[in-house]
Amino acid sequence: MSRILKHRLFWPLVILVALLALNLFFTDNFFKIEMKEGHLYGSVIDIVRFGAPLILVSLGMTLVIATSGIDLSVGSVVAIAGALACLRISDLSDQNSVGGVLGAVGLALVLSVVLGAWNGFLVAGIGIQPIIATLILMVAGRGLAQLITDGQITTVNSSPYKLIGGGYWLTLPFGIIVVAVVLALTAFLTRRLALGLLIESVGGNAEASRLAGISARGVLMTVYAFCGLCAGIAGLMISSNVSSADGNNAGLWIELDAILAVVIGGTPLSGGRFSLSGTVLGALIIQTLTTTIYSIGVPPETTLLFKALVVTIVCLIQSPAFRTKVFHRRRRPVTASPAPEEKVRVTA
Amino acid sequence: MTGITGLLDRRRAIPQKYIPVLVTAGLFVAMFVAGGIRYENFATGQIILNVFIDNAFLLVVAVGMTFVILTGGIDLSVGSVVALATMLSASLLKDGWPAYAVMVLVLVIGAVLGLAMGAIIHYFEIQPFIVTLAGMFLARGLCYTISTESIPIDNPTFTDIAQSRINLGGDLSVSPSAVIAVVVVLIAAYALHYTRLGRNVYATGGSEQSALLMGLPVARTKIAVYTISGFCSALGGLLFAFYSLSGYGLSAVGMELDAIAAVVIGGTLLTGGSGFLFGTVLGVLVLGLIQTIISFEGTLSSWWTKIFIGLLLFVFILLQRVFSGGSRRRSP
Amino acid sequence: MAAPAPILRMSGIGKQFPGVKALDGVDFRLLPGEVHALMGENGAGKSTLIKVLTGVYDIDAGEIELEGRRVAFSSPLAAQQAGISTVYQEVNLCANLSVAENIFIGREPRRFGRIQWKAMRRRAEEILARLDLDLDVSAPLSSYSLAIQQMVAIARAVDIDAKVLILDEPTSSLDAGEVAQLFRVMRRLKEQGIAILFVSHFLDQIYEISDRMTVLRNGTLVGEYLTSELSQVELIGKMIGRELADLEKLEERPPASEGAPLIEAEKLGRTGAIQPFTLTIREGEVVGLAGLLGSGRTEIARLLFGADHAGTGSLKIGGEPVNLRTPRSAVSRKLAFCSENRRAEGLIPDLTVRENLVLALQASRGWTRPIPRRRQDELVDKYIAALNIRPANPDQLIKNLSGGNQQKVLLARWLILEPRLLILDEPTRGIDVGAKAEIQRLVAELSDGGMAVLFISAELEEVLRLSHRVGVLRDRRLVAELDNDEGLTTDTLTETIASGARS
Repeated sequence: MSRILKHRLFWPLVILVALLALNLFFTDNFFKIEMKEGHLYGSVIDIVRFGAPLILVSLGMTLVIATSGIDLSVGSVVAIAGALACLRISDLSDQNSVGGVLGAVGLALVLSVVLGAWNGFLVAGIGIQPIIATLILMVAGRGLAQLITDGQITTVNSSPYKLIGGGYWLTLPFGIIVVAVVLALTAFLTRRLALGLLIESVGGNAEASRLAGISARGVLMTVYAFCGLCAGIAGLMISSNVSSADGNNAGLWIELDAILAVVIGGTPLSGGRFSLSGTVLGALIIQTLTTTIYSIGVPPETTLLFKALVVTIVCLIQSPAFRTKVFHRRRRPVTASPAPEEKVRVTA
Repeated sequence: MTGITGLLDRRRAIPQKYIPVLVTAGLFVAMFVAGGIRYENFATGQIILNVFIDNAFLLVVAVGMTFVILTGGIDLSVGSVVALATMLSASLLKDGWPAYAVMVLVLVIGAVLGLAMGAIIHYFEIQPFIVTLAGMFLARGLCYTISTESIPIDNPTFTDIAQSRINLGGDLSVSPSAVIAVVVVLIAAYALHYTRLGRNVYATGGSEQSALLMGLPVARTKIAVYTISGFCSALGGLLFAFYSLSGYGLSAVGMELDAIAAVVIGGTLLTGGSGFLFGTVLGVLVLGLIQTIISFEGTLSSWWTKIFIGLLLFVFILLQRVFSGGSRRRSP
Repeated sequence: MAAPAPILRMSGIGKQFPGVKALDGVDFRLLPGEVHALMGENGAGKSTLIKVLTGVYDIDAGEIELEGRRVAFSSPLAAQQAGISTVYQEVNLCANLSVAENIFIGREPRRFGRIQWKAMRRRAEEILARLDLDLDVSAPLSSYSLAIQQMVAIARAVDIDAKVLILDEPTSSLDAGEVAQLFRVMRRLKEQGIAILFVSHFLDQIYEISDRMTVLRNGTLVGEYLTSELSQVELIGKMIGRELADLEKLEERPPASEGAPLIEAEKLGRTGAIQPFTLTIREGEVVGLAGLLGSGRTEIARLLFGADHAGTGSLKIGGEPVNLRTPRSAVSRKLAFCSENRRAEGLIPDLTVRENLVLALQASRGWTRPIPRRRQDELVDKYIAALNIRPANPDQLIKNLSGGNQQKVLLARWLILEPRLLILDEPTRGIDVGAKAEIQRLVAELSDGGMAVLFISAELEEVLRLSHRVGVLRDRRLVAELDNDEGLTTDTLTETIASGARS
């Protein structure tokens, strides 16, 4: 029992289950999943579907945070990717041509990777603090997105494009499939291949990693580029869902939600360790929170208050300083102080 | 290229700490001159005064942000606190509260919010980024719980302040808000330079560890800067309420970024310990002048503002790295 | 001349850390107007003694008297207020503030709450003038050299009515001119009756400046001596002592086979770190580096591994000229380096034993070629068993292991790579007796198997026991290379370190 309690995903899972359970009292058939016209429908499916872009962005953010960095520019990349894809598609003679849409999507994703790599270059190449390095693209990127769409909301009417964010495939919303694929890919790269180990190593102790022969620069570039790619896919999903690109509002403040999802999921902002499943849980918690507030009839205005509350509680629980200060009398730190080892040599 | 070498040469004559501010000042002058050549009726004193008038609230908010950033922290909540201040003022005035009581209450609430965030940051050792992010959600959420609609302000005290202009002689005039903002800047500059609190802010930002060992009150200083930032945001919110004569939960969205950008463009290092309030003033003026130029240009779209600001940020951060490069140790 | 009453007296000081006696019954006294050197090798208890004195740690036994009154400080600040100021090797000032501010911050002259900058600058100049320093006090501290910064720190310390000034390795990063300047200041303070406790690893400096010295070894007091009455050789003997004989005896070292030269460093050097040195290491050979702390031992290791860039000279590995730009390129040439600073430069604390163990191998393979889980298990099990790593749980976080076991994991991290040259910087420091013996035996076995080893240790007996050849360092210079034959003893080594040349 205590092992379950100590598991780092325990509290996020409890919060998520509690939020879902809350819905049961207010929404009939909350957990009911129906098959309509060959598509799956249901509130739970909707949570995952609407949460898909956030999950994607959060996945990329998780890896960046694991290197003890941060990426504020993802919201702008979301907008740019959507804007570029929509612009290219609207220029097509036949907006329904699959090849044309694929080309547009590919171009948008390549640009996203380039933008991510730019962040990586500023952080790893020039050595600018991640928060400032990515602030540049956060500010300028919003302008770039509007520049691409010429300040208008670019609408497209393309069924292949619509599939990405609004369509169904094999009875499931396509967005869920995309998330599943990206999640599987991320898990594969980090946990099956060795990228995760190198990321955690660089985030945990950059100098020791360098001395162990790791190219920290390469790892950082890869991670920021990957974060850009995730944001790009999320951008396509968001713009496809509404069949339009809004350079101004698409993905606005998604970076904050993503950072939140990562932190709630138990990945510390100081880096060194990450949990992909925790991040997915965190993103789902945020999405469920929004859905719950709608479904229990609280005005949506209070979403933010709830969010503030959840963030504060989760962060306090995870702060060692908070735990020692509040639970000091009950628990003493378990690990012995390693301090004397440096001071004293036990000579044989 | 010559610009860089020129700067490097001048470095010997001018203390290095003033270089970033001077770069910004030079840029501001260059922009002003370029605008004057390109547009009629641009190179007038009133243009600069208008920048002050239109950005008085941003200036006040950026002053608070400068304190926080000088200690090496960050405050993401300022935009939301500005909105909360406008909302509180508008709704309380609608309920018939006296204007001055509203102002005092709003300022106190802003300061208390900042105090609470500062205390959490210091005592529970949670990163400022996350704490003030939560503060941002909280303040914005409070706005929406008050109302999701815009609430107009028709209190006579507020409308008087909003509409009055102080004549400076000639054809020049400023709004009371701009005067308040300038007074805040002066008080803050005095506090940073001539009081122990101000010097402790610099010391804490320079090296928290050393400041502790030198026996400085680091805890008090860190909490104080967030309190000041909260207070400045609330005051900025009041000025914004004078400016817009309404309270709206969606106002000042993203103002924290403008404030951070102004501070960084003004030459203050985000790592803390180095920078001047005068730089922040220049940063706000540069941002304001970009807006003015774009409005004069007419055909140029507003998104160029964002791209320009992004580019400026990049250039300044790069310059800062060039000039502070010597002090960094072995790079990884 | 009758000795004046001590201003500070510490008697029977004991300090216990979990599992380790850091100080045991140490007596120490400090007279006004003297420079007193505190001597001892790493881990002898010098810094612990300073820390219990200044209130960083509590004492478990004994008492401290300042000017005849019993004291116990709760913090460095409390000690400072009582007149005991400390200046550390790493200057604890704010480099972004001006010189004057650094002297006065927290105590600025004020009128009606307003800081009187002019008065502050004038008083700062006066204080500095008393130390024979003429600085622009309104310039930021960062514009001055480390030496000046240190003296500003001293000025600040002295101005807070210091009776006792502790200088903890203030000279380790200063050049000769700067040291001379610091010593002038110290003599000035001495004349003013301030008692100075001085820690340095440079013997020449100790002999130049100190009046008396107290030698510690393994947390116990060896003795207190007048500097003029103790020769350098005697001093080093007292600091290093005789190794206790409870280590298992190693087999007689077979003579190093005449292996091919693996590493040929030619006038390799780096300004401020190590003067150009020439060193050859052959395959199957253990080369020891001996010298006091700060003599340049670690710097040689870092240059050979590409952790720092060499400023001068050339390096050949296996006869091929190389330019090691990063540790990565060194690793790809089968070089391995176990840093002395386990915590900062070795461990990834939040990763498990398994992950720390395979890290270097994984790094050399690149992230696209993961090590199969079964191979990981084989490797991890093999090295946990071979090096007797406890607890034998590969999924334990490495930060929860003891120092010795952490060290073994880091060793294993490199052994997996089967390097041609293994650089070990203080591999046995701070670890228990058993682990120490195991590591020493391992080094012997590895070199018998043909691996070249560069072995750095502060313990001369250990160096002698393991090495075929010993390089002797002093003051950042490789002063001698001695063959480890019958004639080489700890005494001759000590002699060489002390004199700076082969006797």
